[in-house]
Amino acid sequence: MKLTLHIWRQADRNSPGRLVTYQLDGVSPDMSFLEMLDLLNEQLASSGQEPVAFDHDCREGICGMCSLVINGVPHGPLKGTTTCQLHMRHFKDGDSIYIEPFRAKAFPVIRDLVVDRSAFDRVIEAGGYISTNTGSAPEANTVPVPKEEADTALDAATCIGCGACVAACPNASAMLFVAAKVAHFAHLPHGQPERHRRVLRMVQEMDRQGFGNCSNFEECEAACPKEIPVRFIAEMNRDYLRALCSRAADEV
Amino acid sequence: MNRLQRLVQSSIGAKIAIATTGLLLFAFVIVHLLGNLQLYRGRDAMNSYAETLQHLGPLLWLARLILLGLFLSHLVLGFRLYRANRLARGEEDYYVKRSAHRDDLRRQKAKAAAMMLASGAVILLFVLYHLMHFTLGWIQPSAHHLTETLPDGSTRHDVYGMVIAGFQNPINVFVYVPAMLLLGWHLFHGAVSVLQTLGLTHPVWRPVAEKVLWFLVAFVVVGNCFIPLSILLGFGPQGG
Repeated sequence: MKLTLHIWRQADRNSPGRLVTYQLDGVSPDMSFLEMLDLLNEQLASSGQEPVAFDHDCREGICGMCSLVINGVPHGPLKGTTTCQLHMRHFKDGDSIYIEPFRAKAFPVIRDLVVDRSAFDRVIEAGGYISTNTGSAPEANTVPVPKEEADTALDAATCIGCGACVAACPNASAMLFVAAKVAHFAHLPHGQPERHRRVLRMVQEMDRQGFGNCSNFEECEAACPKEIPVRFIAEMNRDYLRALCSRAADEV
Repeated sequence: MNRLQRLVQSSIGAKIAIATTGLLLFAFVIVHLLGNLQLYRGRDAMNSYAETLQHLGPLLWLARLILLGLFLSHLVLGFRLYRANRLARGEEDYYVKRSAHRDDLRRQKAKAAAMMLASGAVILLFVLYHLMHFTLGWIQPSAHHLTETLPDGSTRHDVYGMVIAGFQNPINVFVYVPAMLLLGWHLFHGAVSVLQTLGLTHPVWRPVAEKVLWFLVAFVVVGNCFIPLSILLGFGPQGG
């Protein structure tokens, strides 16, 4: 396959960036999108040019490191798929592909396609701990968890924190991410003691990091590689309101 | 008070506040339409209804004050959210912008959401026109001072005649009908968003409540467009 790539190049956080066009030949349809970029980088390096910087780690769709906005959609055109799991067979020979970094005020570009997503870490940190006894493991069935609740908690827990929700949202809102993290514990007995404090602190930190508000575009759900539903945002809204009426609001 | 302040200042709280004020304004619009439909029960019904409202005295002013408060908070919150969202997006925009949605209804919903500030601004202009027209009587002063003489010889404000005269003028109809369609577009987003924002996730009640809201939006749009059109085209209540 022969491709025309338009890739965002930016030297560092403070320099202006621009789209640079590259012609890439010899792309196999079996390559993943990141392997295609590896091929480009090999060619750039061997001709003495600076390779394109992009984030990646596990390349198995579970670490949340890979990003990229491909032809206007975070993680590219395939539903429920991370960029690393997107294969070139979904593109045609001769295609033009626009590759841009995830964009948001809270996700500054570090270099080329790499953005700083540590704002997410700060939201997680704000969530704090769960109360649990240390020492020998308790008997497995001491705390019964209904199957449906456990399933819902796990649905929320599939969030890999990649930031596609923020990148896709016209408001750069992180509500789907925060909602998934909140719901993950709100559906389990272990998350109950700190439930109110957790949602108050995480929402407060989310606002502090400069993410936008939810306008119910639902672009986040459509772009999420783990297909986390926006229903969790509704749950978080309710949880937040309830927490604000609770005693926890006095300490947070 | 501290908590209320925190509610409005947080992202989720601001959304809850704008949803609640929107819902209350929507309730007003429904009641307003139900009142207007008195037109079809004749001159006497319409004018008595108007007279009852006028005779509420201080209660009428209280209602107007609450309405103004709701309207202004809805407006200020909407503008503040819009500004915050623009800021959150950052300076650099995407070169290629595409919706990740694959189905059409979702794309329409997203479009209505993106239009909220614009549709809201036009509705604001319309409300000002509407007040100048029927409340203050600046648009058609001649129709505003019509009176109805009752059998006992006393007179009262002829609202029925005023509305008929208003909508026999095509210019007014061309202002009202598009404004009502735009209001429908604004309410469409409201109807699909309010339950999400207020956190109703029940698998049975959420779809039911959504359908009820959709029906009410359709009722408001059809009803409010029907009144001016029926008068202009001559199949509704007639003057004289």
